[in-house]
Amino acid sequence: MTSTDETARQPSSIELGRRAFRRRQTIRSVAISAASTVVLAVVLWATIINTPGWARVQQTFFDPEVFWAALPRVWDGFLLNLRVLGFAVAGVLVLSVILAIVRTLRGPIFFPLRFLASAYTDLFRGLPLIIVLYLVGYGVPGLQGPGEARIPAVVLGTVALILTYSAYVSEVFRAGIEAVHPSQRLAARSLGLSHGKTLRLIVLPQAVRKVTPALMNDFIALTKDVGLISVLGAVDAVRAAQIETAKFFNFTPYVVAGLLFVILSIPIIRLTDWYTARLRDREQIGGIV
Amino acid sequence: MSEVVLQLQGIHKSFGDREVLRGIDLTVRTHEVVALIGASGSGKSTLLRTINLLERIDDGQILLRGQDISDPRVPADAVRARIGVVFQHYNLFPHLSVLDNVTLAARHVFRESRQDAEARGIDLLGRIGLAEHARSFPDRLSGGQQQRAAIVRAIATNPELLLLDEITSALDPELVGEVLDLVRELKAEGTTIVMATHEMAFARDVADHVVFLDQGLIAEQGPPEQLFGAPREPRTREFLSRFLS
Ligand SMILES: Nc1ncnc2c1ncn2[C@@H]1O[C@H](COP(=O)(O)OP(=O)(O)OP(=O)(O)O)[C@@H](O)[C@H]1O
Ligand SMILES: [Mg+2]
Repeated sequence: MTSTDETARQPSSIELGRRAFRRRQTIRSVAISAASTVVLAVVLWATIINTPGWARVQQTFFDPEVFWAALPRVWDGFLLNLRVLGFAVAGVLVLSVILAIVRTLRGPIFFPLRFLASAYTDLFRGLPLIIVLYLVGYGVPGLQGPGEARIPAVVLGTVALILTYSAYVSEVFRAGIEAVHPSQRLAARSLGLSHGKTLRLIVLPQAVRKVTPALMNDFIALTKDVGLISVLGAVDAVRAAQIETAKFFNFTPYVVAGLLFVILSIPIIRLTDWYTARLRDREQIGGIV
Repeated sequence: MSEVVLQLQGIHKSFGDREVLRGIDLTVRTHEVVALIGASGSGKSTLLRTINLLERIDDGQILLRGQDISDPRVPADAVRARIGVVFQHYNLFPHLSVLDNVTLAARHVFRESRQDAEARGIDLLGRIGLAEHARSFPDRLSGGQQQRAAIVRAIATNPELLLLDEITSALDPELVGEVLDLVRELKAEGTTIVMATHEMAFARDVADHVVFLDQGLIAEQGPPEQLFGAPREPRTREFLSRFLS
């Protein structure tokens, strides 16, 4: 609520003094951190430039001409990564929520389902992603008959990513679901909400809020791992960079691809911070600690 | 005599080896306020949860307006929608605004339009002085305001019966009054209420009928003047003397 004073009250001199002090403090901290950042950057820069191999490294990894020449191809590949990422995120969300819900079902009737879900998460959290990629990427086509149209490598790669990441993300969701106080469920059922509606309207929204930071962490990891579909031959940013590298006899295209991935992850990270701050602000009483 | 809303016949309930309810018979009529009193662990909360089908009984029958709701063929969600409940704490949903809390059942159980449900929700919140907090989230409210909002949520769909389980015991003493005043108003409007409480003065003042539970059995019941003024059972006397001293 906003101030309800009838007349706009003048702050006391003590409060004015406190505000002035806080302002000075803020200016000082900003100045200190800016200065130290600049100093650190200069020191790093000077150190690297003065290493004996710098000139050679600069040529093979940071060649501006190669950078611009390789960018269009790598960018095209990167667009493929983005599409794969979109499908993978959607697939992971759906599959992991289902897995998490199945694992939290109680009662003996659900034992087989629960068992299957936990066996699944154990298996796919243990398997290295690269092996899942090979198994799906080369194993599934092997199952097809000789006349059938081949499933594209991108699709298989996306499936492999979904399989692996769902195992991780479902554990995050499960932790969130179990962190919702049981009385919330009781209160919802008391209103006459069905089991499914209680899950959808009461439990899951609270669970998601509790685990958003952990969830985003996994999705940021996923933004990088979409680059691994290149091992199946899909021409994504990494594969394109590889091709360009061979063309120019220069590693700069990899740096291009790396930069693109970093630029992709930064907005996701910022978005997460903003979102969690907003939730905290809206649903909890503020404080200074 | 007015119509019977709730009838309990020989309710038994055990947790493992522990028999918590050992044959409870109770009749609640329309517009009646029944207070359940008794020591901690005597089974008050368990009894309220069995009425609301949150706990499955081991024997006996629960009749809500003559319908046997303890029959497994009766859909539990539909029964719960006819009964309002307020617990001791953690009542409101923290991720929903106060208004969304109040209108949740109307919209998602009774499938009313958002407009209708919200109009009535705002009206109800206005009556308890919380209209300006309708769009706030529960954490912004005081404990007393939260508990009053929880009561409003429970009555928002005009339940046939309201169950209150020690709704003031988690509150600071100065907030208890405002919550109890709301219960008084509901009684004045004719709401049928079964409440577990440790507020003896309140039970004496508001209840039409007081039930003393002791170790899973009704040790004594009667009008408040009799039960508090001239208890017949030694156990009741002992319990009350501990409370009033
Ligand atoms: N889910 C449960 N599992 C096992 N035992 C339970 C469960 N719920 C309640 N009990 C036991 O049943 C007995 C009665 O509990 P209940 O909560 O009904 O008492 P109460 O009269 O409401 O007490 P209080 O005044 O402290 O709220 C207690 O001994 C309690 O430990
Ligand atoms: Mg209790």
